[in-house]
Amino acid sequence: MSASSASVRFIEEPKIGFLERMYIPAIMEGLSITVGHIFKPQVKTEQYPEQEPELPPNYRGVHRLNRDTNDRVKCVACYMCATACPAHCIDIVAAPAPAEWKDREKYPETFVIDELRCIYCGMCEEACPVDAIELTTLYDLTGLSREQMIFDKEKLLSVFDQTTKPDPHRGNKITDPVRTRSGLLGPAAELPTVK
Amino acid sequence: MATVYVNDKPVDIGNERLNCVQAAEKGGIHIPHYCYHPDLTVVASCRMCLVEMGDLKDGKVAITPKVFPGCQTPVKDGTVIVTGDYAKRDTSLPVLGYPDNYKPGDRAKKAQADTLEGLLINHPLDCPVCDKAGECKLQDYSFQYGRSQSRMIDEKNTPPNKPEISSKITLFTDRCIMCTRCVRFTREVSGQAELSVVSRGHHSEIDVFPGEPLENKLAGNVVDLCPVGALGSKDFLYKQRVWYLKTEDSVCAGCSTGCSISADSNKDVIFRLRPRPNPQAQGYFMCDEGRHGYHYVNAAERLNRPHVRKDGKLAPIAYTDAVKAVSDEFKDAIKKNAASVWLVLSPFLTVEEAFLAAKWLKESSKQVKLALGPVPFVGEDDTYPKDRRGKALQPVRFTIRAEKCPNRRGVEEVLRTLQGDVITFPKVIEAIKKGDAKAVFLAGGYPVKGSFDVFSEVKAENLLLAVSDFFTSPATELAKYVFPAAAFSEKEGTYLNHANLAQTLHKVSHAPQETRQEGQLFQDLAHRRGLFNLAAVRKELAKEVPFFGKLADQVPELGVKLV
Repeated sequence: MSASSASVRFIEEPKIGFLERMYIPAIMEGLSITVGHIFKPQVKTEQYPEQEPELPPNYRGVHRLNRDTNDRVKCVACYMCATACPAHCIDIVAAPAPAEWKDREKYPETFVIDELRCIYCGMCEEACPVDAIELTTLYDLTGLSREQMIFDKEKLLSVFDQTTKPDPHRGNKITDPVRTRSGLLGPAAELPTVK
Repeated sequence: MATVYVNDKPVDIGNERLNCVQAAEKGGIHIPHYCYHPDLTVVASCRMCLVEMGDLKDGKVAITPKVFPGCQTPVKDGTVIVTGDYAKRDTSLPVLGYPDNYKPGDRAKKAQADTLEGLLINHPLDCPVCDKAGECKLQDYSFQYGRSQSRMIDEKNTPPNKPEISSKITLFTDRCIMCTRCVRFTREVSGQAELSVVSRGHHSEIDVFPGEPLENKLAGNVVDLCPVGALGSKDFLYKQRVWYLKTEDSVCAGCSTGCSISADSNKDVIFRLRPRPNPQAQGYFMCDEGRHGYHYVNAAERLNRPHVRKDGKLAPIAYTDAVKAVSDEFKDAIKKNAASVWLVLSPFLTVEEAFLAAKWLKESSKQVKLALGPVPFVGEDDTYPKDRRGKALQPVRFTIRAEKCPNRRGVEEVLRTLQGDVITFPKVIEAIKKGDAKAVFLAGGYPVKGSFDVFSEVKAENLLLAVSDFFTSPATELAKYVFPAAAFSEKEGTYLNHANLAQTLHKVSHAPQETRQEGQLFQDLAHRRGLFNLAAVRKELAKEVPFFGKLADQVPELGVKLV
């Protein structure tokens, strides 16, 4: 939408006086900042990659698909993440859940995220009604081809396994413990249980 | 002339016998409802349409103390309806003379909110996995009229799902709000009364009788009728979320009833067809044959590019090359002997396509013969309601026609004007067998396989046969040129149903790969420039074929009766 001419306000450039045209006050101001830094305490440079950065738990890195207590994929294929995704990088194919999954009618047959297309905004995580998709603190994601960067359901579940178990590469630390309602299904799975 | 006041708005209802919901609809005000359906009996069981009512006399309104179900209460001259949406009324209108202590809309609003709270007591909160989410009336109305939080502290009823009620339909029992639209439909329209309500109170459930599943030919309509996600079509279940779908008005090509439909597609794939209410065509419903009959459009084995016979085998050829070759060969054939050139128009073509095809060859020579393709008939006209023994009852509410093509009437009218009479398909076969037909173009596809099986007996040498069809058939085995046909959802045009109702087809999806709609093909074959333009072709058609005179103007959404 272009602005209507009535709403545009034209302003004049401010007039510069003699002192300002000499630029000396501006130069002095700049130099004072430079000199001030000499006497400030030193900023410590992190020695990456020898030293891993400490990331906040809400850092938005690679996605994972959470598992429930029975190790099944927690996702119920509701497409909320795919709908919320501004980059359209999530592709889901839903199917009726296997007959032995009594608490659910629908599950994702395939679940694919194009990690190259993703802008890591975290909208998928916010949209998910069952806390099945989460963004982890894995930040150093690399791949040799575009195909490698398209993560399918198995790969996304393996990210869950990797981030919820002690990681030998990071001093046996659990990098991303299950944050939300661990092991329980959210309200969307509040479906009839056959007694 | 009777005037009804809906939220202070005077609505002229003429001499019609209307209820509050209909009268308000006439004035452009929506009264929410679940159980009311214009084509089913009124039960007033959902209590969502509760309104305040009164009478206007001498400038004063006498308001009744109780709220009324709008669907069940008729209106008369001077009736005043106040809905829960009174606060959103058109404030420019003068306020009626309500009593002093009366606050318009308050009672109705509270009644609607309470009704919704009651409906939601046992309704599961599984919208994310429910296929209805996005077009669910319960979602919409609880957002508009309901309260945001449930006060229910007890556990919800969770009756088990019933996927076995039908081979095509599944029932999520816990989502049902007992509007009984489906029950009334099977009793009143389809007639066999398969569905019924069992148990009482909050334990009522929709169910079928043991061993008698819901398998009538209109059963699919209960899915559309269901205002919530309780009844789901197994054909569409979990395929798409509804907000991804694009809806386009179309016409069912399944039979000559020509039901008005809405076709839902996403990324050029059709996912479902739904009936579009049209009193002139079919009413509010459609049959399952039509509803599930679109799958050939998405079929993988469809022909999707032109082919030419080379060394006895069909080989792909570019569209432009194919058009040039066919155009040249038919020109030569007409030069040699125009009377031996035949053009067979399938009843699946639109009126405009049939017209363009006929013009293409008739303009070269008047002697070229135009014929009507095979008209598929299956059984007899099937009317509903039926009783439990399958005997058709009166009055008829819905008819599935035996003539399984959408546009025989339209093509016939084109043939009557441009050919003089309608030559039937057996005569074409006879001519081919005798050797009288040297060049034949079979135009327009047949989604029904086996329509051209008669060609398996035909042995004709030196026959130039060009076919446009969906699938390979005995005709394509014999053909020199094969064009892929476009389905009803891939073209624009007009279908003329059995009762001479002309309805417009809109393009729902793109035709696969090299497929062009036949209108474009015949325009290219006739060396007319540019893209197929429906309005322009209609104008030309209306001028040359007087029967279609009314098509020159804008055709209304619900079609136009030509006779």
